[in-house]
Amino acid sequence: MKKIAIVAYNQSDCVSWAGATNEVELIMPVLRRVFDQVGLNNAQDVDFVCSGSCDYLQGAAFAFVAGVDALGAVPPIKESHVEMDAAWALYESILKIRMGHADSALIYGFGKSSPGELPIVLSQQLDPYYLAPQWVDSISLAAMQARLMLDQGLITERDMADVVARSRGNAKTNPHAQLSGDVSVEELLAQETYVSPLRKSDCPPVSDGASAVIICTVEKAREWGVPYAIISGIDHRIESHNLAMRDLTDSVSTRKAAEAAGVGAGSIDVAELYAPFSHQEIILTRTLGLTDKTLVNPSGGVLAGNLMMASGLSRIGEVFNRIASGEAQRGVAHATSGPCLQHNLVTVLESA
Amino acid sequence: MPPPEVLSQAFELGFTYTRSTGPVVGRFLTELRDRKIVGIQGSDGRVIVPPMEYDPVTAEELSEFVEVGQQGEIVSFAWVKEPRDAHPFDQPFAWAMIKLDGADVAMIHCVSAAAESDITTGARVQAVWAEQTVGFITDIRCFELV
Amino acid sequence: MSQEREMITGIDVPIYLQYKFTAGTAPARFLSQVKKGVLTGQRCPGCGNVYCPPRGSCAACGLPTEEEVVLSDKATVQSFTIVAIPIPNNPIQPPYIIANLVPDGSNLSFIHLMSECVNEEVHIGQRVQALWKSEEEWDYAMDNIRYFKPIDEADVPVERIGHMPVTGWED
Repeated sequence: MKKIAIVAYNQSDCVSWAGATNEVELIMPVLRRVFDQVGLNNAQDVDFVCSGSCDYLQGAAFAFVAGVDALGAVPPIKESHVEMDAAWALYESILKIRMGHADSALIYGFGKSSPGELPIVLSQQLDPYYLAPQWVDSISLAAMQARLMLDQGLITERDMADVVARSRGNAKTNPHAQLSGDVSVEELLAQETYVSPLRKSDCPPVSDGASAVIICTVEKAREWGVPYAIISGIDHRIESHNLAMRDLTDSVSTRKAAEAAGVGAGSIDVAELYAPFSHQEIILTRTLGLTDKTLVNPSGGVLAGNLMMASGLSRIGEVFNRIASGEAQRGVAHATSGPCLQHNLVTVLESA
Repeated sequence: MPPPEVLSQAFELGFTYTRSTGPVVGRFLTELRDRKIVGIQGSDGRVIVPPMEYDPVTAEELSEFVEVGQQGEIVSFAWVKEPRDAHPFDQPFAWAMIKLDGADVAMIHCVSAAAESDITTGARVQAVWAEQTVGFITDIRCFELV
Repeated sequence: MSQEREMITGIDVPIYLQYKFTAGTAPARFLSQVKKGVLTGQRCPGCGNVYCPPRGSCAACGLPTEEEVVLSDKATVQSFTIVAIPIPNNPIQPPYIIANLVPDGSNLSFIHLMSECVNEEVHIGQRVQALWKSEEEWDYAMDNIRYFKPIDEADVPVERIGHMPVTGWED
């Protein structure tokens, strides 16, 4: 099977409101930077392009089609789109390369969540008979998940605050973070609850932005002469839409995906986890069996900036950056979708 | 060129969907209209409320309906201090996972309570019906503490 | 007594979501000029094409278009259709003409209405000019132009449509 490498990654700043920036203007600077990292002109220089976005976020029909205006798609290119986080667009691109239909691919994701009321928009991705008509928002669902864990003694509010404090602290070195800085666990615990038992700090900020990645066969990466990391495994699994039929204190789908992706085949220097809520990072860390030897979310993770439809791809990019810079030899990137970690994708990256 | 003026405009996006309910969801909603709550037996005999059409583990088609109680126990809840416009209450309330008597799987619905401190995991609640029931999930207006 | 009633087979589940749309940089610049009664486009630094209305990029080259170009409000019909159905909530009565129009100085068409014309005589290459609303009514909107109407100028040959200078035939 062809070995596939990741050769470029860039992400925009996570901002609470992108203002007068349309999808094309949001995507183009990020694409320019990944093209420049490899020395490409535009999307004509890769074999396949796949993007991830969700038009409901900004309420703009076919915004993803408008996004194609950023690519230089004349003459026509091979292009596809997933109405999901772009981490799944990367998955599709890997299949495309493995099938021999492409040697290289550009993947990008973008999200403008600020124009709508994100937790309410997300309520409409739930079961359309029993839940969506009740308008149960995404934060409330996560709050019920957190309470299950607290009640069962699986976590404490202090554990959750620990995650937040570390995220904000790590984000100080991430120039694209929206929330960063030194904050103590005591300060966080002193804040009032928001959707109890969650505090606002346990929840991700609403962010606008985009990210992009270029992948290719190892042969192509050598031809381009750029630093690269190997994508040694990738898998994704989904759980039932019925939240009460799931064990919300665990992530069975992450565990299955991690096994299939080969997470356990070596030590893990770095992990970037898509945990929108603080308690979910704890679920994921335990599910993946991560220990003190693993640096978890050195970027700050999505508590520091949550680009819906792009942050999953960014997790893969962040691990790539650390391997490419020599800080890490092997890492795990996780992406999620749906309420309470319903659908999970796990990628393993290794140094060349 | 100078930065442009910021031109913003509020708008509403409407999706006027109708959905076919099928025999399982349709039966549940029909029973709600009659102020009864039914679940369905999963492959392992567990009673799932509201009923699912297929067992998520075995993928078996489910058909054994079971009427369950209108009281139950709070399994978990989220206290909403600042209700959103789309929410069912203007004043603070809770979303909860509620395991009804005779059910094995919790259902998600709203709970009306005066204060957060009134609600605890394990608290007993009772379904409150809408004045007029039409065969919709909100025929159960909310649950109230017993 | 509960009586046998009809089984529920379908439900209405309308979804209404509230948003606040904000125009992008390029469209905001464009609309700010339209408010002053001026049509503008943006030029691609790669291929040199001018786009109106601009979206901020050249879709062909994938490059940002930042150079603003003032265009004429005279245009050429690139294509058109005669519409026989009414526009909901719009006073324009059918049959009316919707046309792809390329303003002088631009390379790509936009869609607008044509009026004050004999529908059956509208043709590709025909010269038209914007009929603006009175200045007090100008807003950040393309309907500051009520419609385009034919003008007494020679037709543009098909191969020159999309390549007229901003000065039009006066060049």
